[in-house]
Amino acid sequence: MTDQTSRRSFLKMGAAGASMLPLLRALPASAQGSDTLVVVTGATINSLDLHRTGTSRASYQVGINCYDRLLTFGTKEVPGNGLSYDYTVVEPELAESWTESDDGLTLTFKLKSNATFWDGRKVTAADVKWSFDRAVSVGGFPTVQMKAGGLERPEQFVAVDDETFVIKLDRPSKLTIPDLAVPVPYIINSAEAVANATEDDPWALEYLHTTPAGSGAYKVARWNPGEQLVYERNDDWVGGPLPATKRVVIREVPSPATRRALIERGDVQVAFNIPDKDAAELADTLDVFSTPVENCIHCLCPNFSFEPFQDPDVRKAIAYAVPYEDIFQAAAFGRGLPLWGGSEEITDIAWPRKTQYFTDLDKAKEHMANSAYADGFDVPLSISLDLASWMEPTALLVQEALGKIGINVTIEKIPGANWRTAVLVEKRLPLHLENFGGWLNTPDYYFFWAYKDGHLFNSSNYRNEEIEALVDATLHMPMDDPEYAPQIQRMFEIALDELPRIPLYQPALNVATNGAEGYEFWFHRQLDVRVLSAV
Amino acid sequence: MLASSPRLRAILLRVAQAIPVVIGVVVISFLLTRALPGDPAVYFAGVAADEASIEETRVAMGLDKPLPVQFLHYVGDLLRGDLGQSLSSGRAVATDLANRLPASLELTLTALILAVVIAVPLGVLAATRPGTWVDHLCRVLVTAGVSLPTFFTGILLIYIFYYLLGIAPSPLGRLDFIYLSPDHVTGFYLIDAALMGDWETWRGAAKQLVLPAATLALFTLAPIARMTRAAMLTALSSDFIRTAKAAGLSNRAVLYRYAFRNALLPVVTTLGMVFSFALGANVLVEKVFAWPGIGSYAVEALVVSDYAAVQGFVLAMALLFVVLNLVIDLLYTAIDPRIGFDAQ
Repeated sequence: MTDQTSRRSFLKMGAAGASMLPLLRALPASAQGSDTLVVVTGATINSLDLHRTGTSRASYQVGINCYDRLLTFGTKEVPGNGLSYDYTVVEPELAESWTESDDGLTLTFKLKSNATFWDGRKVTAADVKWSFDRAVSVGGFPTVQMKAGGLERPEQFVAVDDETFVIKLDRPSKLTIPDLAVPVPYIINSAEAVANATEDDPWALEYLHTTPAGSGAYKVARWNPGEQLVYERNDDWVGGPLPATKRVVIREVPSPATRRALIERGDVQVAFNIPDKDAAELADTLDVFSTPVENCIHCLCPNFSFEPFQDPDVRKAIAYAVPYEDIFQAAAFGRGLPLWGGSEEITDIAWPRKTQYFTDLDKAKEHMANSAYADGFDVPLSISLDLASWMEPTALLVQEALGKIGINVTIEKIPGANWRTAVLVEKRLPLHLENFGGWLNTPDYYFFWAYKDGHLFNSSNYRNEEIEALVDATLHMPMDDPEYAPQIQRMFEIALDELPRIPLYQPALNVATNGAEGYEFWFHRQLDVRVLSAV
Repeated sequence: MLASSPRLRAILLRVAQAIPVVIGVVVISFLLTRALPGDPAVYFAGVAADEASIEETRVAMGLDKPLPVQFLHYVGDLLRGDLGQSLSSGRAVATDLANRLPASLELTLTALILAVVIAVPLGVLAATRPGTWVDHLCRVLVTAGVSLPTFFTGILLIYIFYYLLGIAPSPLGRLDFIYLSPDHVTGFYLIDAALMGDWETWRGAAKQLVLPAATLALFTLAPIARMTRAAMLTALSSDFIRTAKAAGLSNRAVLYRYAFRNALLPVVTTLGMVFSFALGANVLVEKVFAWPGIGSYAVEALVVSDYAAVQGFVLAMALLFVVLNLVIDLLYTAIDPRIGFDAQ
């Protein structure tokens, strides 16, 4: 369903159908009424199938809005700032109920008996199995994400009967259930997909790339890559409360200045992922939601494979030299949460947490004097041009501050296409800015990716035997296990003492609305249009 | 047949001369894209990809093979008319280009026509009345045109006409979302909508064009106006004009039949150059107005090392310029019959 969608089929769209169109033609965008919402975003939706190689982050929203998962998360209020998903509450979406065997190795799901795909066919356990088989078989990101929840092989998934689906695990894990609610394990209409698969393409990647086949709240009425995507409500959706909005138009507008003008004028109802600066300035006149991204930290990373940074005093000197408040104001315009100036004593397992560091040049100089590099040294500080909006001001402030303790910093800008290779794959940048946010919101999951040796986001080449053991021990352990909290606290203690990553602040996702309500933040940082309604 | 039509033969010869150029472009674009920084396999494998999945992506993209083999595959695909698959847009490059090139061309040509309509008379007036207010106006416009970056002009126009005054339509690309794009015939919305007789959509598309075309026109009219003025001044001071005047021909005839016609050649040359500048300047205008054109497409592709898309773009541009040069050559002979194809 691409731009080839004929005028005729577009006319037929929705209950109002053709009678809607003359009205649509005559009215300006601002007078649309409650049937249609327009969203502007700067990112390109390049595929309608999340499982495909090369699918952009922005495209994940199609997986959320057009497909159902077995489970989803609940909703909670963010103090003073709208709604957010709630990691601690798991709710059914396509599953009606689920049970866990006593040993935690078998999960049994009962599917909703009235759930149907868009073509009217009943959603069966066989569809779930086919979709899960696909996610663990196509390789790349979906397969890695499935593995995080212990879902690795097709043999683990069994369709017992039409409405019963069973997952067999190799070991019990607290990550399995939440992992079923992330965007990846969505349920595809396997009959339609198989009918359009070929020998070379058994998982119908080509077909589903342009033609979603799901049971979700919205169908795709129109997709012009680089321009727009039009969602049309599926009135038979049973995965949750029926969305209030019949049609949602996602328009791609690359220039932030244009997006800002559009939302201020009220010609569009939602501006998604706006810059921190705009968010700070628009907050007085519009509804602006700046939700700190859970489990996500912007940090400064000294690389352990570079000699001066093996010296703990050097790392501490840097941690005390960083001008945290200035960075928070200049790079984030105060949007997000500060992560400095906390107490050294760790009594809870909240993550991200405030570190015990704060800006204190005397302390920094003291640590430098104690180190083997009392005379200072030269080092490049690397940033990505794609992320220049926060990295550049941060880098300049860090450069200035480190200059005061004898560390002579030159800023090295790396093109976006090269950044990932340099920072995460080759891990060759001595001092760099980095950010990572885990979808599964537990500290152990964050540590698994960012602090374990050789793991992708451990761009500092950090290795600590105790951390290795602690992460392995806690990763699948239930959070209410009495051993969990002490081990997590020990993990925090080591990581914040050794500082392979110096936390700067927790970034926020900014969304401005003008004429829409119900916005809810999600960990995947994409827009869930199902909850939006016009005001 | 060929012999009977020397002009046709000349055109064919001219087209044949373009073949080595195109081959050169194919080779160079292939090599240059490979010289881009970054590993596309890493980029496209996604955020959480491990080494195995990066390797899978590499194999799927054919990047594991040695360069000469990749090149042979590329040329083989090209000969079959297959420009490859763009990873960033997820579609065939040929489809992307077919969709986006008309958008850019419609914008660029509109801007160019607008610029010519303003700049040429302005240049002529400035040349015939040096030192007057028209001359000064010309100078101001030219200075503004070259010194204001297009993204700045674009944002300024949006701010004034859309944000403050509210008379321009929302800068949401080629059509506000309440309209449906017309059936694809040429890809030019104005032409396609007119062919369908859908004047509502035509007006919608025309309205969306005004601000970006004005932005681009302001940028392009500077060189045209300057060149017209200079060429007219040269023509007006030449001997044949003095002779014509002395022969008692009317001012009008001297100006338009002799001076202007002689001044046209450099103006047409400039037009060709300006057209290519304008296609380049398009990138920023497209970004500001969310215009789904080829400029923003190419930049995006470059940023992520999307080889197929970059190569396809370069190739399309090369072909476009071969055609453009051909058209300009033909225009030369129309303007000044002394210039033949054989004249070297």
